[in-house]
Amino acid sequence: MKYYDKLIFELSRPGRKGYELPADEYGKDAMSAIPSELMRGTEAELPEVSELDVVRHYTNLSMKNFGVDTGFYPLGSCTMKYNPKINEEIAAMPQFTQLHPLQDEKGVQGALELYYNLQQALANIAGLYEFTLNPYAGAHGELTGLMVMRQYHLSRGDEKRTKVIVPNSAHGTNPASAMVAGLEVVEVKSKPNGSIDVEDLKPLLDDTVAGIMMTNPNTLGMFETEIMEIAALVHEAGGLLYYDGANLNPLLGKVRPGDMGFDIMHINLHKTFSTPHGGGGPGSGPVGVVEHLAKFLPNPRVRKNADGSFSIESDGESLGSVSSFLGNFGVMMKAYAYILTLGRENLKNVGPLATLNANYIKESLKDDYLLPIDGVCKHEFVFDGLKDKSTGVTTLNVAKRLLDYGFHAPTIYFPLLFHESMMIEPTETESVETLDEFIDVMHKVAAEARETPEDVKNAPLTTIVRKLDETTAAKNPVLTYRQLKSAAEK
Amino acid sequence: MSKILENLRYADSHEWVSLEDGIATVGITDYAQHALGNIVYVDMPEVGDEVTAGEEFGAVESVKAASDLISPVSGEVLEINEELEDSPELLNEDAFANWIMKVKVSDASEIDNLLDAAAYSKICEE
Repeated sequence: MKYYDKLIFELSRPGRKGYELPADEYGKDAMSAIPSELMRGTEAELPEVSELDVVRHYTNLSMKNFGVDTGFYPLGSCTMKYNPKINEEIAAMPQFTQLHPLQDEKGVQGALELYYNLQQALANIAGLYEFTLNPYAGAHGELTGLMVMRQYHLSRGDEKRTKVIVPNSAHGTNPASAMVAGLEVVEVKSKPNGSIDVEDLKPLLDDTVAGIMMTNPNTLGMFETEIMEIAALVHEAGGLLYYDGANLNPLLGKVRPGDMGFDIMHINLHKTFSTPHGGGGPGSGPVGVVEHLAKFLPNPRVRKNADGSFSIESDGESLGSVSSFLGNFGVMMKAYAYILTLGRENLKNVGPLATLNANYIKESLKDDYLLPIDGVCKHEFVFDGLKDKSTGVTTLNVAKRLLDYGFHAPTIYFPLLFHESMMIEPTETESVETLDEFIDVMHKVAAEARETPEDVKNAPLTTIVRKLDETTAAKNPVLTYRQLKSAAEK
Repeated sequence: MSKILENLRYADSHEWVSLEDGIATVGITDYAQHALGNIVYVDMPEVGDEVTAGEEFGAVESVKAASDLISPVSGEVLEINEELEDSPELLNEDAFANWIMKVKVSDASEIDNLLDAAAYSKICEE
């Protein structure tokens, strides 16, 4: 693979073109059809390149990328499952892509029906009453859910409930979302096995608690077996339970958050429902609630009328709007396509297969890697680095060495409960052959750590970019082309 | 094996304190800097701020994680180590030589609640 790091602006040559505007469909010159008051006065600073320049540029850039389409991507807590291509085909249908959000309801009934049906499907899967699909991503869903929580307490005139309880093993977005929602974060401790310490929780539950945020299974991939007791305690204290849907995948079709006592949750369509994420596309973080909270969901909403038609409505008691229009519609189409493709029966296999794959890797590697919490995990698990600590090879070194072997690294140094965390989530879409290859390479790296530790410490050795200086990158970030230029001149 | 100095007191959240004439000097331990890895930023309080024992007074950010700093004593911040603003890596070089803040303590007996070197080294071994 060759190194390529040009900007398309660097390829630009004055006057070079890769297009010619056609006469428009009414037979007029397209440019002259634009009213003069809408024409810009200065030239747009766009790159002037040929079609071949554009094709080579983006092809070269794409080859620097690593994605689920290129290899195994066991990034814990991220559910990097395969994104079926049929989703993309459906979402690219011009009947949908050419809709305008300001179009009259009558002309977009199909799109509204899809929106409504997806909302109903998610409500069924989650065991909740109603969903909004408006939030743009997971953390945005968390914020929206917490705004619902706050709105519920305020609507009862209960203004003193400002605290949100968050486990010390939580995803970092939980406390961050609570802060953004204007709530105060209170930490509850975990037991040595990673689950919430109910005895530590009890004294925190008073009349200032708005609710608790949990994910189940938790960030160590362990199921919170005391969830029913926790739910009863929190409800008894007048608080609500928020479910962080980041770890929904292993429960799909087996357990419903609504049945566990959760009142509010978000779902990451870009995790559990197979739509691309990371650099691959926008996310979507639908929020579901129990019946008595439905009136607080954000506007606008899609409702089904008695005559079978659909309309876009706004409710008075809603917390307001959290998005422009109805959210990331293209992502919803992909998630809906995924649900219909799998169907009820196959959706029920997602959780068990994801769980089986994770346990297969965990059991195969625990001779070389330190497993702090033994037992059956759900969709993911955490190693605390290599078992043999005498070699000085760290989790970071192992992660970098994996790149040499063509695998994406797992999530590292999270959760913070251990010093050398290595969080592995294979998902259900990987074959046993891929899992075996990964297991072999992990064993190989462990052997290298014993025999040739310097190789592992200096990894990656074969990637186009070698070991990065993360300290300097964090202290002196060079984030723009201008900064890069001036740094190079110095 | 991390370095632990005999004449200091320690918090189980890995801060050290030395108390002299009612003024506490506070830093993070060698064990803490080692666990954090390369430190890239130290978020310090301002001179004149009130800090409370057991509560956050700042944070240390490394390439691995951001960690809250928990004050082992209560009182008023007299001085902060401004050198750490530009050179946070000093904490990696010598965590005991490079203190983070000096506090005029409001209750000198609080220091009795902290660990001595022997008790702290036990925590680090666990």
